[in-house]
Amino acid sequence: MKVIVNVFLKAGVLDSQGKAVHHALNSLHFNGVSDVRVGKQIVLNLDEEDEGKAREEVARMCEDLLANTVIEDYEIELIK
Amino acid sequence: MKVTILQFPGTNCEYDAQHAFKDLGAETEILWHKSESVPSNTDLLVVAGGFSYGDYLRSGAIAKFSPVMKAVKEYAKNGGKVLGICNGFQVLTEAGLLPGALKRNENLHFLSKHHHLKVINNDNIFLKELNKDDVVNIPIAHHDGNFYIDANGLKELYANNQVLLTYTDKNGETQNPNGSVDSIAGVCNKEKNVFGLMPHPERAMEQLLGSDDGVKMLRGFFSA
Repeated sequence: MKVIVNVFLKAGVLDSQGKAVHHALNSLHFNGVSDVRVGKQIVLNLDEEDEGKAREEVARMCEDLLANTVIEDYEIELIK
Repeated sequence: MKVTILQFPGTNCEYDAQHAFKDLGAETEILWHKSESVPSNTDLLVVAGGFSYGDYLRSGAIAKFSPVMKAVKEYAKNGGKVLGICNGFQVLTEAGLLPGALKRNENLHFLSKHHHLKVINNDNIFLKELNKDDVVNIPIAHHDGNFYIDANGLKELYANNQVLLTYTDKNGETQNPNGSVDSIAGVCNKEKNVFGLMPHPERAMEQLLGSDDGVKMLRGFFSA
């Protein structure tokens, strides 16, 4: 099973890279952009076929390593 | 006085730290991260700066799983003194030995220069040779030095005198180079045996190189 993990800074934690990209987009005259967040995407291939178990295992990976939950949130997306 | 200095793949300040502590009269040993124990005669364990594991994923994120870190946690739990400098500070926050986290500098630049710091609390072994409000001149060299902690965590840091140093100008007025919460440059744990800071006291050991303010900081550990 393919699993996509997206890691972003928590809401309320200043995202300097997002801000810089937002600023750059505005200076390129993309004026309709109201917010930009820059994060990381981690793509995993798991042997596990059970969705529940896969989700649980990846959540543990996020808590232990893939995200620093002091400053970051993560989203897990399972792809069949 | 025996100082043990950790070395991960990508650490690059271990020899500076060794030079600094040798100069102060300590016996030193560089410990490769594969070691599963900390030498039992260690009086101070230094987690040196650099780019452990190339800063992959996040600064310090992979180093926290090195074999030696289990022993480091045990050592710290038993009251052993630990000092994390720069990447070492990042590793210690990732490992949960120090509170907070280090984010990318607010202006996104790698900062490499001398910076002034003000002593906020000196009731600990690290800064006891300095006075409260003393201003020291210490080099910084980091990309991810933007200290973050949530409001409750910050309150707790102040309540327990865990804020060690803040970034200032030469007069002690706040000057924040990287966006750190309250301009914080260094903190310690509640028990005051684990210390971490982004600036490099081991690079401020002689006037000829711009400042010897690091001497008073590192010397604190000698009179334990």
